[in-house]
Amino acid sequence: MPLSRLSSPFLSGTNRVTLQMLQLLMALVPAVIAIVYFFGPSVLITISLAIIVALLAEAFMLRLRNRPLKPFLTDGSAIVTAVLLAIALPPLVPWWLTTVGVLFAIIFAKHLYGGLGYNPFNPAMVAYVLLLISFPLEMTTWLPVSTLSEHPLDLASAFNVIFSGQLQGGIGLDTISGATPLDAMKTQIGLLQTPSQIINQPLFGLFGGKGWEWINIWFAIGGIFLIYRRVIGWQIPVAMLAGLTAISFITWIISPEITGSPLFHLLSGGTMIGAFFIATDPVTAATTIKGRLIFGAGVGVLTYIIRVWGGYPDGIAFAVILMNMLVPLIDYYTQPKVYGSLK
Amino acid sequence: MTDVLSSFPGGLILDGQKKRSTHTEIRKTPLSKKLTLPLQQHIGAPSVPIVKVGDKVLKGQKVARADGHLSVYLHAPSSGTVIAIDDQAIPHPSGLSGLCITIETDGNDQWTELHPVKDFTTLTEHEVRHLLREAGIVGLGGAGFPSFIKLNPGVHHHVETLIINGVECEPYITCDDMIMRERANGILDGIQIMKYALRVKKCVVVIEDNKPEAISIMKQALEERKEHHHLHDTKVVVIPTRYPTGSEKQLIQVVTGKQVPGNGIPIEIGIVCHNVGTTYAIGRAIKHGEPLISRIVTVTGTDVKHAGNFETLFGTPMHELLAFCETHRKPGEPFILGGPMMGYNLSGDHLPVTKTANCILVGVDNAAPVTEPLPCIRCGECATACPVSLLPQQLYWFSRAKDLEKTREYNLFDCIECGCCSYVCPSKIPLVHYFRFAKTETMNQEQEHQKSDIARQRHENRLTRHELEKREKEERQRQRKAALAATKAAKEKEARSQTDNQEN
Repeated sequence: MPLSRLSSPFLSGTNRVTLQMLQLLMALVPAVIAIVYFFGPSVLITISLAIIVALLAEAFMLRLRNRPLKPFLTDGSAIVTAVLLAIALPPLVPWWLTTVGVLFAIIFAKHLYGGLGYNPFNPAMVAYVLLLISFPLEMTTWLPVSTLSEHPLDLASAFNVIFSGQLQGGIGLDTISGATPLDAMKTQIGLLQTPSQIINQPLFGLFGGKGWEWINIWFAIGGIFLIYRRVIGWQIPVAMLAGLTAISFITWIISPEITGSPLFHLLSGGTMIGAFFIATDPVTAATTIKGRLIFGAGVGVLTYIIRVWGGYPDGIAFAVILMNMLVPLIDYYTQPKVYGSLK
Repeated sequence: MTDVLSSFPGGLILDGQKKRSTHTEIRKTPLSKKLTLPLQQHIGAPSVPIVKVGDKVLKGQKVARADGHLSVYLHAPSSGTVIAIDDQAIPHPSGLSGLCITIETDGNDQWTELHPVKDFTTLTEHEVRHLLREAGIVGLGGAGFPSFIKLNPGVHHHVETLIINGVECEPYITCDDMIMRERANGILDGIQIMKYALRVKKCVVVIEDNKPEAISIMKQALEERKEHHHLHDTKVVVIPTRYPTGSEKQLIQVVTGKQVPGNGIPIEIGIVCHNVGTTYAIGRAIKHGEPLISRIVTVTGTDVKHAGNFETLFGTPMHELLAFCETHRKPGEPFILGGPMMGYNLSGDHLPVTKTANCILVGVDNAAPVTEPLPCIRCGECATACPVSLLPQQLYWFSRAKDLEKTREYNLFDCIECGCCSYVCPSKIPLVHYFRFAKTETMNQEQEHQKSDIARQRHENRLTRHELEKREKEERQRQRKAALAATKAAKEKEARSQTDNQEN
């Protein structure tokens, strides 16, 4: 093979951005299957819609910014953002909400900062936060797993609900929806119930929310695959889970009447997708080894604080964005010691 | 099985591609009609010619002397006539030319009189170093630093360990591997001499575990010689194969667990490191009196038909060596001098083989792509791979922004340019290229600074000089005026006194 570079090294490894993104998408597959199993096939429609909107927005922005289309459309980053946001949205979420979220993620959170590699905040999480504070009702309308097992929704009716907002027979979605386990835990503790009582409700499973615990486990398995494939480092997920476990364990020991067990927090809400797929976004996370440990632990602790004492049921998105802000500071103070500086 | 003591962060496990060039023994490159010897084949001041055009020279005869301390002698690689002393193209990444002595060989390959020293202990340490300097020995691992300097511990340092570097961590290159397999005894000769010159007891020959033949041959040769030659404290150390362990600083870290201080040299921590090829050359120079006139060059690569190692006289044009091995290369197509990770590419194949030319590489597998790199996604793979613990992605931002001060703050000058960061980058950014650019820019700026400092100093000196001159002039004028006034006054006084006298 003829030489192509002007200066050394003339060899190159097999690592590619596109390859990393593809493996990340593959790692999401088991958890998506679990979501379909517990919450119905509507997530597939939301994912497809999000991908289409993301690619169109990406192409539009690239054209506007005079950037080549092919390398950036095929790098897979827009698809990853779209899929992560789509998975984070509630089932049967209206189409316009998905569209607004994806457009905001790609156009505002990514391209207005300079596109791939330049955005300081995780685009999917920025969009999620925007949607959560703009459309709190739609964003917290979750279908209980038990309801769905009694009235399963097929793909066609899910499509109908997403695009028309109506269930068959003209019933509004709000009639069958309810709170998420995290939400229930929070509001009912507010009503002076103890966590041990709350957990016995049908909304809850063995450790976390019914269904949610399995989805979390599948996200974790996908994440471990990514660590094994060296797509992500172990530092952020391990530090985040350790941070979350530590603070929830301490609080649980001190006052078990105000919070769920550490295991409940590990297997509820977006813990595992957050730890393995969201906080690990290389562009917006800390880059040094020590920095990643601090970043991950920060996300874990903040997630718990927001869940238990904050105004929202889950805190992953806020925690990640808050820690994103600290990245330059963390990176600056955690530079490794260069060879020769030790005696 | 390795005897590793410590490790360094990062590094790469690379496909060695060593077998391409190790299935034949070392062969001799045919004598070329014309040998072109650049006067600078080492670090330091270029040698100074001591022959004239038209002079007949014998093989091994001195043709250029050392210029100052940091320099070595240069010798005719074969017998013949000096036909030119002029500027010729030399192997250099920027295609520079330099002063060269060109010898037309007569085909007799007739040696000059040599002065072998059978028992080196009859020499003083100083005499050993002197002989090595006269024999033109420089580091053959790639840097070309005059070896006699590295064999001089000086009065302030005590050398604890001599490390013989047979690591050869770059893919494709096998000249050190082959010299260990075929000339183990010659290497041991060199070790004995070096130990003597450095007054050091402990010596380790370090070899990566991907060279089992070299390891067993070296171990066996050492075992046979141990009894009679004070080689009890010498041993072969096998280390895991990982790039860039062959780099001096990383090797020291692996073998001793110590780090060479920043801006420092190994002898400060009691370590001296020499390459196996150099060690062999030192043995030849003292025991056989042979100056350095040839080296072993690996010719290999995916486009080479008969890859192998070739004992090649300095000055031999590379195209003859390439023709001898038969390549699929088209004329003018670039090839690599050195390894695929740290070598540089050349397109002119009429360039001569020099003391530092360890490998000619034509074609590599997994070549770096030509496509436009994607933006940095800050994945940090580069920082994980860096053996010096730098933050390449940060350095990349600063280099791109030409923020040279920041690049220094992030220790740019500790970068050894091993290429690990570029290799692992998923966006295929040629990071090392940026770092070289930033280093050159910084050095240029410093030169500019120095120049402007000198100019300013000169200007200030001129001003003070003028000021001084002006003051001196004024002083002289004042003095003259005063003197004038004084004489005038004296005259007036005289005149007055005369009139007074007259009046009286």
